[in-house]
Order: sequence, then C-alpha cells, then structure tokens
Amino acid sequence: MLKRKAMKVSDIVKKLGLTVYSGVSGIHKEVTGGYVSDLLSDVMGHAKEGQVWCTLQTHKNVMAIASLKDLAAVILVKGYQPDDDMAAQSEVEGVPVLGTKENTFEIAGKLYDLLK
Amino acid sequence: MMHFEFDIEGGDFSKAGFASSQLKRILKQLVTDHKVVKKTVVALYEAEVNVVAHAYSGKVIIDIDTDKIQIKVNDKGPGIEDIEQAMEEGYSTASEQVREMGFGAGMGLANIKNNSDEFNITSEVGVGTQLEIIAYLEII
Repeated sequence: MLKRKAMKVSDIVKKLGLTVYSGVSGIHKEVTGGYVSDLLSDVMGHAKEGQVWCTLQTHKNVMAIASLKDLAAVILVKGYQPDDDMAAQSEVEGVPVLGTKENTFEIAGKLYDLLK
Repeated sequence: MMHFEFDIEGGDFSKAGFASSQLKRILKQLVTDHKVVKKTVVALYEAEVNVVAHAYSGKVIIDIDTDKIQIKVNDKGPGIEDIEQAMEEGYSTASEQVREMGFGAGMGLANIKNNSDEFNITSEVGVGTQLEIIAYLEII
C-alpha cells in the first residue's frame, strides 16, 4: 500500500469541515487512523495511539481515555457538543474535541477515505 | 523505590482516571518501554472505573521498583459473588446510568487481565474487592 503524506488533525478539520470545540493546542498532532465506538472500555482496550475517535459520548471521561491512549482527537457526531467539563479537560490534556453534524457512519466513511 | 497512594470515591465519575493519569506522567519519566506504560495505565484506569461504578470507596497503592510496578486497588463495596463470571467479557452488573455513559460493557476486568503481566483478584461479598496488577519493566 502506498504511504500517503502524514495527515494532521488540522488537515482533517479542513477537509471534513469539522467544528473545533476545544483543545486547539493539539491541532498539529499527527493522525494515524480512526476508531469508532461508544463503549469506553472498547476504546480503552483496542484504540491505538494517534487515532481519531468518533463517538456520541460527551462527558469528561472521554478525555481521560483519549489522553491515556494518546489519541489524536475526538470527533463528536450528529451535532453533539462537549459537556463543559469535557471541553475543560480537553484543554488541559491538549487533545482536540471536534464536531460534525453528520452521523457516525457518514463521518467514519469520509475519515476512512482520507486516511486509507 | 517509589510509593504512591490515591483515594477513589464511589460514584464520582468526574475523578475517575486521576490515578492512572498521574501514573502515566510518572512512568513516562522513568520507563523507556512505552508499551509497559500504556498497558499499565489502561489496567489501572479500568480498575479505577470499577471502583467508581460499583464500590463506595477505594484506595490505589502503587509501588514502582527497579524491575516491576505493583498496583493494588482495594475497595469497600458489595464485592463480587462469582469472580469467574465477572471475568467473562460482556458480563456486567453496572447500572443503567453507568451504561449510558459508555461504561459497563463487561470488558473492564478482561482489559485489566490482558494488560497486566500478573493479575490477582480476591473479593468478599458485602465487604469489598482487592485487585493486584503487576507489570515487569526496566527502569532507565
């Protein structure tokens, strides 16, 4: 498989028209892939460093997991917005919280297309 | 060599992950093998969440030695009746509220076991549960 040029969080924000809610300091992190799940233990057990996590969970614990797993960013689907403490924690951890109006299937498909 | 203790309050999800995020910061400065750091913080995070989701209170005791990390997570809580069943992936007794947050998928204990070199669990119904997680490592 051809190795494409490294994609950054800022690149996927631009290409997918995402909203940046918080954690701008992490916007230049490299994105190595994506993971889709709303089960936190699943993400904890199986997501890999550098991945972008698509979820509809909007609470603070999402950031604890994103940070512990060294994920590149979190994308909230279907127009969901982060709870205040999630946004605050995203600033502390430097892991961006992004948003889209699209549902998980649509955004994951586009993300896959970008990163494959 | 190094000793840390953290208290966990049952039901308080806003603080779940505090001990594991502190441990990650500490280990990143001590351990060159990042795989060990990653799996150990995953194991501790799951253990913290279990205490928050199921117990009244708990204590995390971490001892970092030159060749291993030993973590004990002791809680006061309902305990586990059937440990073998609790270890099965997909089995959970978590409340509806906890499940809505995306926890309680029944993967926690399995994740802990898979991310530790040694894992021991003992429990007494009506008293509490004790976990021991050991990871072997090489300190810089």
